[in-house]
Order: sequence, then structure tokens, then C-alpha cells
Amino acid sequence: MAFLDIHHLEKAFGATRVVKDFNLGIEKGEFVSFLGPSGCGKTTVLRMVAGFETPTSGAIRIDGRDVTGLPANRRKIGMVFQAYALFPNLTVAENIGFGLKVAGEDKASIARRVAEMLELIGLPQLGARYPFQLSGGQQQRVALARALAPRPQVLLLDEPLSALDAKIRISLREEIRRIQQDLGITTIFVTHDQEEALSISDRIVVMHQGIADQVGTPFDIYNRPATRFVAEFVGTLNLVDVDVVEAANGRVRLGEVPVVLNRPLSARAGERISLALRPETVALGRTEGHDVVLAGRIAEVHFLGSVIRIRVTVGGQSLSLDTFNQPDRPPPAVGASVEVSISDRDLLVLAA
Amino acid sequence: MIGKRFWSLFAVALGGIYFLLPLAGMVDFSMRMKRGEYSFEAYRIVLADPQFQQTFLYSVVLALLTIVLGILLVVPTAYFVRLRLPGLRPVIEFITLLPLVIPPIVIVFGYIRIYNTSSILPLTGTWLGTNLLLLFGYATLALPYMYRSVDTGLRTIDIASLTEAAQSLGAGWARILTVVILPNVFVSVLSGAFLTFAIVIGEYVFAALLNVNSFGPYMVWMGGNRAYEPSALAVVAFAITWACMGLIQLVTRFSKFSTARR
Ligand SMILES: Nc1ncnc2c1ncn2[C@@H]1O[C@H](COP(=O)(O)OP(=O)(O)O)[C@@H](O)[C@H]1O
Ligand SMILES: [Mg+2]
Repeated sequence: MAFLDIHHLEKAFGATRVVKDFNLGIEKGEFVSFLGPSGCGKTTVLRMVAGFETPTSGAIRIDGRDVTGLPANRRKIGMVFQAYALFPNLTVAENIGFGLKVAGEDKASIARRVAEMLELIGLPQLGARYPFQLSGGQQQRVALARALAPRPQVLLLDEPLSALDAKIRISLREEIRRIQQDLGITTIFVTHDQEEALSISDRIVVMHQGIADQVGTPFDIYNRPATRFVAEFVGTLNLVDVDVVEAANGRVRLGEVPVVLNRPLSARAGERISLALRPETVALGRTEGHDVVLAGRIAEVHFLGSVIRIRVTVGGQSLSLDTFNQPDRPPPAVGASVEVSISDRDLLVLAA
Repeated sequence: MIGKRFWSLFAVALGGIYFLLPLAGMVDFSMRMKRGEYSFEAYRIVLADPQFQQTFLYSVVLALLTIVLGILLVVPTAYFVRLRLPGLRPVIEFITLLPLVIPPIVIVFGYIRIYNTSSILPLTGTWLGTNLLLLFGYATLALPYMYRSVDTGLRTIDIASLTEAAQSLGAGWARILTVVILPNVFVSVLSGAFLTFAIVIGEYVFAALLNVNSFGPYMVWMGGNRAYEPSALAVVAFAITWACMGLIQLVTRFSKFSTARR
């Protein structure tokens, strides 16, 4: 059994079911992100794991022990909040030592552990400061140290970076990941930012309306989205309308161009379905391995720096494609006629 | 423009005279005990009076006890109402305002009816019972001020997150209230405490009807029997009240300073 086991978890507020049959096993030392739009139930699941919310039904087990009925202050779970929630009347060192003091540790060992934690978060000189004397990023580091100091079994982070500037957000997320790997602590990280989730997680749970739509590695989630929602929420996506010619082999027609998907389709011949396509799998011009070639016209060019995103109109449909910037080759002009090529393997067939 | 300014200044001056003139008169009168010269003779007599010392000390102790009881009663209530029963806040607020609406004399008559010597709980029959009754009565009188200031203080901190942070670190309710919540609303508690002090120190109706020798009845007794000393006493009482108000100003200043930097 997994170290942290969430078993058929349900939560309803009044008549609204906010979390529906949520199942998840997290291995010891694993870093799992809950990813989904605002209001999909991420925080609610996290709060049930922390013990702040009572499940309507289902069970939560940590290290084989059922903690579903255990009050929050006896679960040994570290929690980091979006709003930091540092105790304003205590210094940084006192904040970090709070959990150890509650546990009844002696002064000397508290001081040692606090120094160790300050070192870990890279703020060794700031122990005597008060929270209001720190920047947002520093406050969140202290909150992380405070949560980790009593050596919790599980670390929970609820959108810990949402209140920070973009630059700090990226450096701090890398630091969180580094600390998590150093300590080998089992972690759940809640975010609505797909880039954040993709960049630091061992596994991602994509949530949608209280349901875990897909659980998988970042690579899996991005390249093999299980549902249309996952495909659309994670990354950018082209939707391409095709006409089904033959369902068993997945023969379809993209405009006038025949494409063989070699996968069975649930739609019947003659029906029109949507296939999905990542912008980076569409090449400008002909490329080896891309055997579907389409003629089109450049509609928009967005220069984003290292990447250039181009929108091409192909047979009445619009396709986005990404190419890398090359200093000696300027992007094509709007209105130019071009060929784009794709590989049939990159076309994603999405369940509803 | 100038006319407008003039009239507002005039209004302020008029108000100032309305308040200050009687005060000035009282101070002036209190210092005329010795014929033909200004002196603090009346003050000396009052301050040296053992009755004054005794009743004043009694009222101070009672005020401090009232403050402690008020804190014990109000801080956890206001906290849990905000945290768990926010829907109940208007109700609680209404209840805490009742002592401002119901005259103290009604409250104390109620007490005497319920707790008289022939009742099930004859509190008025013993010294301790009477004092307890007075203490509870004063805690009631202080409720509107205490509750409002504590509730305002709680509004300025994110009690839900702080509570959950403390819980996840293993803290129980007693520790959360004393180590996390109370220190963070301390300034508000203090301003409620000063108001309570000012109310209790000069309270007359409760003390007189429960037949307790506190500072209020002493002042009234003085007023009926002496000429210059009551004025001196009134000035002293004023000074105490104003000192309390001044302290409130001071601590709220201090609090704004610290929250602005937070
Ligand atoms: N205490 C509550 N009472 C009623 N509804 C709630 C409560 N907490 C959350 N909800 C509702 O549950 C849904 C999921 O909320 P939440 O778990 O906070 O979502 P997320 O963290 O993914 O943004 C939302 O629609 C929210 O309005
Ligand atoms: Mg949330």
C-alpha cells in the first residue's frame, strides 16, 4: 500500500458535491501536484488530508494508519498556505520553533533545529526578524521551514507561490523541489499553474469539477492527455476537425488529405470529429517523419523570444505552430503561402 | 471661503467653551479652600482621607478583576464566533450592546430580585457573594466596549489561517488562544481594558444598591457633605478617566504603527 493513501474520498457542502470519489496513492518521498482550475476542489482535498475538513465519506491512511478521524493537531502534517500565515507576534526563529515547542522539545535542541532550518532555506541571519520585516518570498520560505521543522510525515502546500512575483515564483519553486528532494519528504503541492506543476512534480493529478481526471508523470500528462479537459488545460492545443472515413483503422480525412491514425475510433464513418495537436508538433515546411503535408497561409506571427508562435490557416481551419527562433532566419510574413507538416502519431484522439 | 472657516472655528470654540468652562470653574473652585489664595488644600485633605484610600483601592482592584473576567469571557467568545459561527455575529453583537440599552438600575434590581437572601442563590447575603455579584455586573457593563474592541482586533488578523497553521504544528485550543490569538489582539484588548477601568472606577448605581463602599458612592457621599473637597475629587476622577483615554490613544497609535509596517 502507498505511504499516503486516499481512498474513495468524497466531500459535499450541503447539496454540492465538491470532491467526487477521489482515489490516490502517494509513495514515500514522492512529489505530487494537484493541478486544476480554481474551484475544482484541490484545496478541499488538501484540507481533508490536513484534517481541517471532515470527509463526507472515504478514508485517508498515512503509513498504514487510518487518520480520517484524527484531529489536525495530531496528524504530524506540515502545511504551507498561500497567505504565509506566519505568527505576526513571533520572530522568524520563534515561528520556526513553534511546532518543536508544542512537541515539548528542550530549548537547546529547538535552537539547533531552527538554525538548521534557517540554513536550509538560505536565510541564516534572519532569525531575529519579525515577519513584517521580510519580503513575501522570504516569508514563504520561513513558512516552509516552520512546516518542516517538526519533521512531519507529509508536507502540504496550497498554492504557496501564487502571491509572489513571477521571478521569485520560479526560483522559489525550484528551491521547494530541491529541499523536498534533500529531505525526501512526501509532498502534495496544489497549483492552478500548469507550468509550475509540469516543472517540479514526480506525478500530477489533474482535477476537474471534483474528479481526478488523470494521474501521471508530467511527460504523460502533457503528451498523452486522457481527456479533452486535460489536453486543453495543460499546455496549448490545436483542435483539428477531421472526417472519419473508416473507424476500425482510424482512417480520416483532414480537408482533402487522407490520414491514417492506426487507432480505432469510437465515431462512425462519415462523422466529423476533433483531433488535438500540440503546436510544437507542427513543422513549418516538410520535415522527416512528418508525412502529412498541408498547404496553408500565414495568418499571424507572434515573436515570443526563443519561440515563435505562428498561426496558419489550413483548409478553413486554424493551426498554431511553434518554431524556435533562429537569428539568421526571420519568420515568414503574414499572408505568405506555406506548407506545414505533421506526423499522424502526434494527432491525439481525446475522450470526451 | 473665509466665512466658512470662521464659522467652523466659531463652532469649535463654542463647543470648547461648553465643555471647558465648567471644568475650569470646578478646578478653580477646588483650589479656593484657603481664603484669599490658591492652594491644593482640598486635594491634600481628600488624598489623606483613609476613606478615599480604602474605597479607591477597592474600586481599582474590582476594575482589574473586571478586566480579567472580561478578557476571559470575551476573547474566546469573539474568536470562536468569528472562526466557527460567523452567522451568529450579529446576534452576539446585539447581546453585547444590551447593557447600553438597559439602564444599570434595571439590571441591578434584577440581580437583587434574583439573588436576594430568600432566593435559591442568596448571593447578596454574604460579603463574597455581593462582591461577586458586583464583579459580574461590571463585566456586563463593560461587555459592549470589550467585545467591540476585541472583535475589531480580530478582524485585522487572519484568524482562520493562523489557527490552522498552529493546529498543523500540533497546537491545541488553549495554546492557540493564549500564544497565537491573544498576543495579536493585545492592543485591542488593552483599549477595551482602559474603557472598562474608567467605567468601573466611578460606577455608582450598582455599588450603592448593593450597598458596597466603593469609590462611586464615596464621591457621592462627599458631594453631599463637603464644599471644596468634592470638586477636588471630581477633578481627580476626571484625571483618571482622561489618563485612560490618553492611554487608549497611545496604544492604538502604537498598533497602527505596527500594523502599517506589517
Ligand atoms: N466551506 C465551504 N462551504 C461551501 N462551499 C465550499 C467551502 N469550501 C469550498 N467550497 C466550494 O467547493 C468548491 C471547491 O473549492 P476549493 O477546494 O477551494 O477549490 P480550489 O482549491 O480547487 O480552487 C468551490 O466551488 C467552493 O466554492
Ligand atoms: Mg484553492
